[in-house]
Amino acid sequence: MAMEILEERRTSIKEKGNKGGSCCSGDGLRCDTASVAGSVSQRACVYCGARVVLNPITDAFHIVHGPIGCASYTWDIRGSLTSGSELFRNSFSTDLQEKDIVFGGAEKLTRAIDEAIANYSPKLIFVYATCIVGVIGDDVEAVCRNAEKKHGIRVIAVKAPGFSGTKSTGYRMACNALVQLMEPHKEQPRLKGVNILGDYNLAGEMWIIRNYLREMGIPIVATLTGDAAYETLIKAPAAQLNIVQCAGSMMYLAHRMEDEMGVPWMRASFFGVEDTSTALRQVAERLNDDYAKRKAEALIAERGAKAEAFLEQYKPHFVGKKAAIFVGGGFKAISLIRQFNEMGIETVVVGTQTGKPEDYEIISSLVNPGTVILDDANPAELETFMKQKGADILVGGVKERPLAYKLGIAFCDHNHERKHALGGFEGVENFTREVNLSINSPVWQFTRSSASFAEATQAQANLVREALAARAAYF
Amino acid sequence: MLDLTPKTHVNRSGVLINPCKTCQPVGALFAALGVRNCMPYSHGSQGCASYHRTYLTRHFKEPAIGVTSSFTEGACVFGGGPNIRQGAKTAFEVYNPDIIAVHTTCLSETIGDDLKTYIDDMEIPDGKIVVHCNTPSYVGSHVTGFGNMMAGFISYLAAKGKGTETVAVFPGFVNPGDIREYKHLVNLMKLKSIMFPDCSNVMDAPMTGEYKMYPEGGTTIEEIRGLGSCRKVLALGRLTSAEPAAQLKRKCGVDFDLLPLPIGLADTDAFIMAMANLNGGEVDPLIDEERGRLLDLMLDANPYFYGKKVAVYGDPDTVLGMTRFCLELGMVPKYVLTGTPGETFVKLANAMFKEYGKEDECKAFAAKDLFDLHQFIKDEPVDLLLGNSHGKQIAKAENIPLVRAGFPVLDRYGHASLPMVGYRGAFQLATKIADTLMEEFDRNCADEDMDLIM
Repeated sequence: MAMEILEERRTSIKEKGNKGGSCCSGDGLRCDTASVAGSVSQRACVYCGARVVLNPITDAFHIVHGPIGCASYTWDIRGSLTSGSELFRNSFSTDLQEKDIVFGGAEKLTRAIDEAIANYSPKLIFVYATCIVGVIGDDVEAVCRNAEKKHGIRVIAVKAPGFSGTKSTGYRMACNALVQLMEPHKEQPRLKGVNILGDYNLAGEMWIIRNYLREMGIPIVATLTGDAAYETLIKAPAAQLNIVQCAGSMMYLAHRMEDEMGVPWMRASFFGVEDTSTALRQVAERLNDDYAKRKAEALIAERGAKAEAFLEQYKPHFVGKKAAIFVGGGFKAISLIRQFNEMGIETVVVGTQTGKPEDYEIISSLVNPGTVILDDANPAELETFMKQKGADILVGGVKERPLAYKLGIAFCDHNHERKHALGGFEGVENFTREVNLSINSPVWQFTRSSASFAEATQAQANLVREALAARAAYF
Repeated sequence: MLDLTPKTHVNRSGVLINPCKTCQPVGALFAALGVRNCMPYSHGSQGCASYHRTYLTRHFKEPAIGVTSSFTEGACVFGGGPNIRQGAKTAFEVYNPDIIAVHTTCLSETIGDDLKTYIDDMEIPDGKIVVHCNTPSYVGSHVTGFGNMMAGFISYLAAKGKGTETVAVFPGFVNPGDIREYKHLVNLMKLKSIMFPDCSNVMDAPMTGEYKMYPEGGTTIEEIRGLGSCRKVLALGRLTSAEPAAQLKRKCGVDFDLLPLPIGLADTDAFIMAMANLNGGEVDPLIDEERGRLLDLMLDANPYFYGKKVAVYGDPDTVLGMTRFCLELGMVPKYVLTGTPGETFVKLANAMFKEYGKEDECKAFAAKDLFDLHQFIKDEPVDLLLGNSHGKQIAKAENIPLVRAGFPVLDRYGHASLPMVGYRGAFQLATKIADTLMEEFDRNCADEDMDLIM
């Protein structure tokens, strides 16, 4: 379709190398704002932000207080794996009905909590207040407080009405809930070990990181929130260091834990050989642990080299290929650009749903001139720029997949629906394999464009005709 | 997750566990996608549109468009008027639809936004249209929303006119493959028809290498206007299509036949006979052939169906249709369950059980969840689950095979393009059921019972 960029959106899109194109500095890229009303935004709401962060806590009862939709759309969505309870993979809701809206839903919520506790004795309950609850004015916090008193377990309100900001606001709400959970356990003796913040154990990625750190002799105290459980979460304030992977969702928690619990933090990315190696070195460095340093080097030398060798074999398949990236957070986009660089694939379009100014600055420094950088893109923009820049593959999430396919562009899910771990050195191999599988699938020769489609069909028809003619001659 | 469900029944009146329904707006968005050059518009927070698009995308494996009013706190306090004015302007400017179909959300419903007034006062570009419907998420379910959006289009657009020969078909909450099957039958019955809404070629658009925001399919605005001059409406899906059909009758006086979704033999017969009433009783021989072929399959495989206990769950009309077909096949639809509230469902199901002398063996439930279903199955197991993807956890936990049918099917490909309605749809469904039951037998039987020829 013919695409006009909306006037309001102009400041959210830049082409590197253009005048004023240094993103997010001076007159930089506009980001971290609500989507323009009337746009086909790829973004979600405050509730969604809170839910995706807290959902992987495996032994918690996640009760969504509102009409059924919010609970049903977030039922078992993340692909977060668990080594313990599977409770979190169910969908719980108060399923508010018309009369609850009129008379208030607090009483029903109280019943819901009572029933959950009576039948399942969970250790921890999160109650998510959705849009409507914010409007009808149920005092969710009071209900939760009373339930805590009555039952003696933690019942934490997550005030996340969808309208109260962007998805990032939801991340903050989730972080607040986590702080609330840790609060009573602030004063405990330091434990040797680290917390991992902002990894959600998608396809078991947390387990990869855990293994590396174990080899380096560094225990993990708590994971937030992939494969997390109540008992480990309350130990988190005792850790020596917070390692923040998904900065978009967890930076706020890292800051609060530093200020209120004295746990220092560092950022780390475990995507790609370069980032993973750097991360392992820095963790050892930050802990000032010589054993860990030596082990990290050994690990990188062995596993990193293996991943690189693996990648090397595939590189010929990627020559001349171009990538488009549209992911949730800025940090992941940055990692992906680096990873594509390692693969010899040029990133030509890159956007995020919730990138911060500093993310866009780094992105801008990593890509070649001419690369389109955009915040909170809609499908029409993605289409326009992917076509214009000749992207061969799009890395994104669920809503981007069919868009890419419709355009005849390969796709790799780097979001909730990824089926293979993409983190760590193992992840490098998986990612390489997946990108190759998608980018070099024989299906694309039929779909690249109508012209080549016609050509391919014609060629096939000619072959059949020749074969028939040959057979006719033979008989 | 698999071991959450205890055998003893737990009393619940506050917490719903594992829903068998979702909210109205997603149905409204889906209905709007079945109108050509239409931009669905969700009047509420950003997340709703995003969730609905994701949900539909996961089922259809197709892009699903839709814009949002992107509510902030301001909108909640002062009303969403400015948002929709800005939103509609933006949507027209950027995406150039012919029509914008607005549905509300729980949020905009509760703050009391008066959409009709907003739209009346709005500056709408020449030749463009904005319609709306109310879809409070705390009433009914996604199928209610689907019907409400249809009624919304009708109340804005359908015009009483000089009667024509055209027949309108309201397809119910079905897949594009079903719509194609309806069209095939309607064509064979030589009826001039309007399908409304029509998600075929929209939610299963062919691959061309181009992304079309508005694919070629969809009911046109002209056709929706023309609904008012139709000779008759065949409203398929007694629970889904009743309200829009009634709305058209109230507004334009067009009469309707309210029919079950034509799933299985008898309900397809009813659809064909309703059409035969309109074309002078002429039934194309090809339809007889298709019917005969279905009957032949039902006979051939009947020993494999007979007495098999099945749990059927999902959307009310789909479940009722599948239940009847199961009864026709000689199966026992032991538990028949929908999450959508409404006692009509239970009445209709009970009547069917009675018809087949199964009232003592079978039970129907409305406004229940899949946790309930799981508990029933723990009480007394079944041989097969028939319903949407959300039953896969029960299937796994209880080691019962699952035939996927209905909405949503999130974990398989191609389903939305295969019909379940009509004789050919029933043929496919029966094949799937038989395959599954026989496969199950083969996988679990003793070596000496393993037979090449079954």
